[in-house]
Amino acid sequence: MKWILASLMFAALSSQADTFSKEDVARWQGEYDSVAKYGRTLWTNSAKIKLGTNGVACAQCHPNGANSHPETYPKFQKQLGKVTQFWEMVNWCIRNPLQGKDLQPGSKEMTALIAYAVSERKGVKLEPGKH
Amino acid sequence: MSFKFSRREFGKAGLAAGALATLPISLVRLAFADSAQDFTFAYISDSHIQHIKGKEFVRNWDQGLKRAVAECNLLLPKPDFVIYGGDLAQLGTKPELDHGAEIMSACKHKVHYVMGEHDYYLDLGEYWSKLFGPHTYSFDHKGVHFVVLNSILTTDEWTFKRWPTAKQRMDEMAGLDNPNGSPFMVGEKQREWLKKDLEKVDKNTPLVVLSHSPLQKIFKNWNFWTDDAEQVQAILKPFKKVNVLYGHVHQIQYNKIGNIAFNSVMATAWPWPYPQSYALAESHLPVLTVPMNRADPFFERDATGWQFIGMNSGRVNATFQLPDNDTRKVAYNTKTDKPEDVSFQDPAKRIPPQNHY
Ligand code: HEC
Ligand SMILES: [Fe+2]
Ligand SMILES: [Fe+2]
Repeated sequence: MKWILASLMFAALSSQADTFSKEDVARWQGEYDSVAKYGRTLWTNSAKIKLGTNGVACAQCHPNGANSHPETYPKFQKQLGKVTQFWEMVNWCIRNPLQGKDLQPGSKEMTALIAYAVSERKGVKLEPGKH
Repeated sequence: MSFKFSRREFGKAGLAAGALATLPISLVRLAFADSAQDFTFAYISDSHIQHIKGKEFVRNWDQGLKRAVAECNLLLPKPDFVIYGGDLAQLGTKPELDHGAEIMSACKHKVHYVMGEHDYYLDLGEYWSKLFGPHTYSFDHKGVHFVVLNSILTTDEWTFKRWPTAKQRMDEMAGLDNPNGSPFMVGEKQREWLKKDLEKVDKNTPLVVLSHSPLQKIFKNWNFWTDDAEQVQAILKPFKKVNVLYGHVHQIQYNKIGNIAFNSVMATAWPWPYPQSYALAESHLPVLTVPMNRADPFFERDATGWQFIGMNSGRVNATFQLPDNDTRKVAYNTKTDKPEDVSFQDPAKRIPPQNHY
């Protein structure tokens, strides 16, 4: 029994690790798109979960995610005195204009916000550090 | 770190002292052909007073309007009147309009109001009218004819048939980048009214047209747009000096199309990105416009403010009062016959924060 399981696992691994199909690619893209879509609902304050306490939405100041510039991160923010990551500025805006509480960097919501912001910058070239 | 800024509240005395120290009121009068037509007025717009619940409103937007009113009251020489450029409320509710009207009631000058889409789409401007009067009107002041239009109307189908509730209609129009929105228009009825109104006006009389949306086409995605702009411009064409002043865009823009000079005004609430910052759609920011500085999010009033306007020989000179940044001035240059920024119009004089992407 033990022997059979081990060899099955070996077979499964060797046939999946180095290749994927068109269907896989489509499915993975779909996963990304649905997370970006959830990000849009958070961005426009139309998700069940609210990022802030005052009803203000990111989209009020960043329509289509504009002026969030994910392609420039990480970059130096003089007010924070260090090179910061995109999520730190997301949290800055959650705490201040939205009067809300920081999201965990790896949380479902933060991932969705980032997925949405970059989706609106498709085709814009990476310019880390740019101001 | 400057985190305290967002919590900064200024008492009346503190504000007055600060504002007095920083308001560079220099309404210096240049040489004018016809000084009888020279006067000043102030322009406040887009405060987006936003109700949270009960007696709570979004503090940031309240502060923007309070500050504009307080500073406006300090103007010397006194402006002849004030224009409120629309979007006083965020979702057009009675509490928002009442609260906005209450803050505006501290203004010591006569105020003429313009309708914004955030004021309109809940009850189609009914309560707004009770507070501020008609949506469309005109008046004469020192030889200049002023026209106020409600430029944020749209199709009857969108307004009356598409949405199950008035609240949903308001919410759909309130999202600037919402694809369910609909392009603004002045509409045939008002265009007919405008033709009639202008029949009795001499073609040499300077005109100032006040609308909420730009009466020109800049960026459709965010409704920096009026669908029947060309038709309205055609009605204005026979007049020698036409000036259009508009809000809605929450940023400095200016342009000249034929005889018509366009100037936008800033918001007291928050600034908007320039259309070119949205990489996925085409836009047409007037080439004449030198953008304002990109806003610093660490100063919540940055890139917001109000403006005082000098009417000089029938043309508009706009001074943009930015509490957290340098004053900008866009004046009508009679040599080039265009509105121009007095400091930055020359491309060699532009500065890095004016680069929007
Ligand atoms: C009151 C208006 C306002 C609101 C609401 C707001 N922001 Fe901002 N935010 C700004 C401004 C202004 C900037 C500076 C933009 C620039 O650098 O051009 C900024 C900057 C940022 C940046 C850094 C951009 C850069 O270029 O480095 C990020 C990221 C960001 N915001 C995300 C968000 C998110 C996410 C939300 C909602 C949770 C949000 N903002 C809500 C006004 C706002
Ligand atoms: Fe507005
Ligand atoms: Fe508006």
